[in-house]
Amino acid sequence: MLELIVISTLNGLLFGMLLFLLSSGLTVIFSMMGVLNFAHASFYMLGAFFGFQLTKWVGFWPALLLAPLLVGAIGMAVERYGLRNTHKHGHVAELLLTFGLAFAIEEIVAMMWGRSPVDYRVPALLDFPAFTIFSTNYPAYKIFMLAVSILIFIVLLTVLKRTRVGLIVQAALTHPHMVGHLGHNVGRIFMLVFGVGSALAGIAGVIAGPALVTQSDMAAALGPILFVVIVFGGLGSLPGAFIASLVIGLIQTFAVALNGSLASAFGPLDPSAGPSVLTDIWNVTIAQVAPIVPYLLLVIILIVRPMGLMGTRET
Amino acid sequence: MSAKTISTSTIAERSVGDGLRFYGIWLAGIAVLIVLPLIFSSGGSLTSFSLIGIAIVFALSYNILLGQTGLLSFGHAVHYGLGGFAACHMMNAVVSHGWPIPLPFIPLFGGLGGLAFAIIIGWVMTKRAGTVFSMISLGIAELVASSSLILRSVFGGESGISTDRTALPKILGLSFGPQLQVYYLIAFWLVISAIAMYALTRTPLGRISNAVRDNPERVQFIGYDPHVVRYIAFCFAGFFAGVAGGLAAINFEIANAAYLGAIQSGLVLFSTFIGGVAFFFGPILGAILVTYLQLGLTSVTGVWQLYFGIIFIGIVMLSPGGIAGLIMMHRPLVRAKTLPTVIPSYLLAAVPTLALACGVILTIESIARTHSGQGSPINLFGVAFSPASPVTWASAAILVAGGFFVARLSWRRVGEAWDRAATVARDRGYLA
Repeated sequence: MLELIVISTLNGLLFGMLLFLLSSGLTVIFSMMGVLNFAHASFYMLGAFFGFQLTKWVGFWPALLLAPLLVGAIGMAVERYGLRNTHKHGHVAELLLTFGLAFAIEEIVAMMWGRSPVDYRVPALLDFPAFTIFSTNYPAYKIFMLAVSILIFIVLLTVLKRTRVGLIVQAALTHPHMVGHLGHNVGRIFMLVFGVGSALAGIAGVIAGPALVTQSDMAAALGPILFVVIVFGGLGSLPGAFIASLVIGLIQTFAVALNGSLASAFGPLDPSAGPSVLTDIWNVTIAQVAPIVPYLLLVIILIVRPMGLMGTRET
Repeated sequence: MSAKTISTSTIAERSVGDGLRFYGIWLAGIAVLIVLPLIFSSGGSLTSFSLIGIAIVFALSYNILLGQTGLLSFGHAVHYGLGGFAACHMMNAVVSHGWPIPLPFIPLFGGLGGLAFAIIIGWVMTKRAGTVFSMISLGIAELVASSSLILRSVFGGESGISTDRTALPKILGLSFGPQLQVYYLIAFWLVISAIAMYALTRTPLGRISNAVRDNPERVQFIGYDPHVVRYIAFCFAGFFAGVAGGLAAINFEIANAAYLGAIQSGLVLFSTFIGGVAFFFGPILGAILVTYLQLGLTSVTGVWQLYFGIIFIGIVMLSPGGIAGLIMMHRPLVRAKTLPTVIPSYLLAAVPTLALACGVILTIESIARTHSGQGSPINLFGVAFSPASPVTWASAAILVAGGFFVARLSWRRVGEAWDRAATVARDRGYLA
């Protein structure tokens, strides 16, 4: 049991940090431009596939640098030539544009690499067990993932809080017009932030690709959870996104690891009653419920605290 | 200037004429629905018409949210799917209990299924509009889609719930075994639902929904609660989506988890938006086009969904009013009789635009067919291209680059011609 708790906590932290790499970019882009980037998870997927392809061509370590740059460049192009032109039609049009993009990117990826998972392997350098807890070998690659995400988290925090660029970005979050009046090119700031956010998603994709499954529906599977994270944490709040990422990462990891059901806790129902909704609920294991847990959390937080954990504003 | 000179008598005449034209359009639509299967009587076209009819009801119900109330939902298929399941369970219950409910009433129960879920979940969902609503709708859709696989006794797991439409009590001697009878049933419900939804847009509720879409704050000032208005609109949309789901359940005689999945939600969003949300007939056009493309393209290309995505992105970026918006833009020009001045520029622009489109299609198809390893030749307007040959790649590149370059010039000319014609139309008193 203790083994399960330790391993699940580690995995949960890892998944949470991965979620934060994605949700941080998403929530900053949202609070800055008012655009919910539906294609954010698609950039994550592009990162994974570029990482896979570049690893084949030039090796993992250059790919770790090149793939996010490529994804960031695509992100900037999307902002410059797509969103900026659509802005005059309002937020719904912008949201729909990113929705269409997410759809098209999934189809393009499926066209280029097929719909089945690709063989994206952990680099040989990191393919060994880091340590053994109880009886489980914990892979070094997961420690590496955790280290990279924490490193990026610290860099992001330092840049936002301690540098001049971060100051301008923070100002543009709340008062874009004032920042414009002070002589900063707000359009370029938006483009850069969009690019950096996409690149962060790209990094997440490159490092998560070998550990999770790299296939063309990975964006569609992760995208809705990202939205839950940023609604749960409070729209536009980075600390909120951080807490929500960890909470959802931990809850989901623990749920997957647990195998109990109401039937195993309280004994099986009277079989003579026949199958019904009650028997379905009674027999379902916690692991089977895991995929819907984030959405249940979403409904609960909307009823209890509609602005999210750390959110301050109603949209 | 000339607008002032229109006398009251002509206005009265025009309103009578408009009334005739208004009912004429509806009657013509009904006539088309009746005559269509007599002209195209093959089994394939009957199936297509049935699917299009269902898609129209579904898209119109979606437009109550998106077009009328300004709520962008990513989970509208939830109501469609639940309507389908409700209809299937109802049909099975009617058969097993021997209730005297004939098949034509079943879509009503589908609608009630969609409505019931809207009533339960709608109050929380419609608390806020805009982006937040969209995200919540997505979350709820995922919740329902995932739950449907867990609650096997209701949703039948992976295989779904099947039913037999012919086992229900007969009405007027109709068994609803043949597709033709099912088509007429769908057409009947299509007409009823379309009239009901059109009437809804003319009620005070429809008007206040528009106001909530445009300026919720002002609506609050005049004493309405935007939340309540959104909730009621959401319930209506859920009901009609359920009707569409019930029709689908009758048509396929099965309801499964795919009914309420993200793909179905995406398709209805595509149809509605491509058709145009600002006009009542927009979603109808969109549903016809998208369903037709979906049925037609699947046999021609393996990457038809990519074309959907591209068409959708193109519409969002270039013409957010959709096809209906493009058509209705020309109304003042037609009235002012300045339309002929823009048509030459359209024809001129059509050539390079078509070349550009051919280039894009050629590029996509050669990449897709090379990667999937089929290597079957691409047949474009009777010319066969081999996807692996450099000739194909070169012609694709030339078509894309050259087409784009020339098309841009021709589009500018279209814009200029359009501006001139619109100015003349405005001067003649027809507002653009």
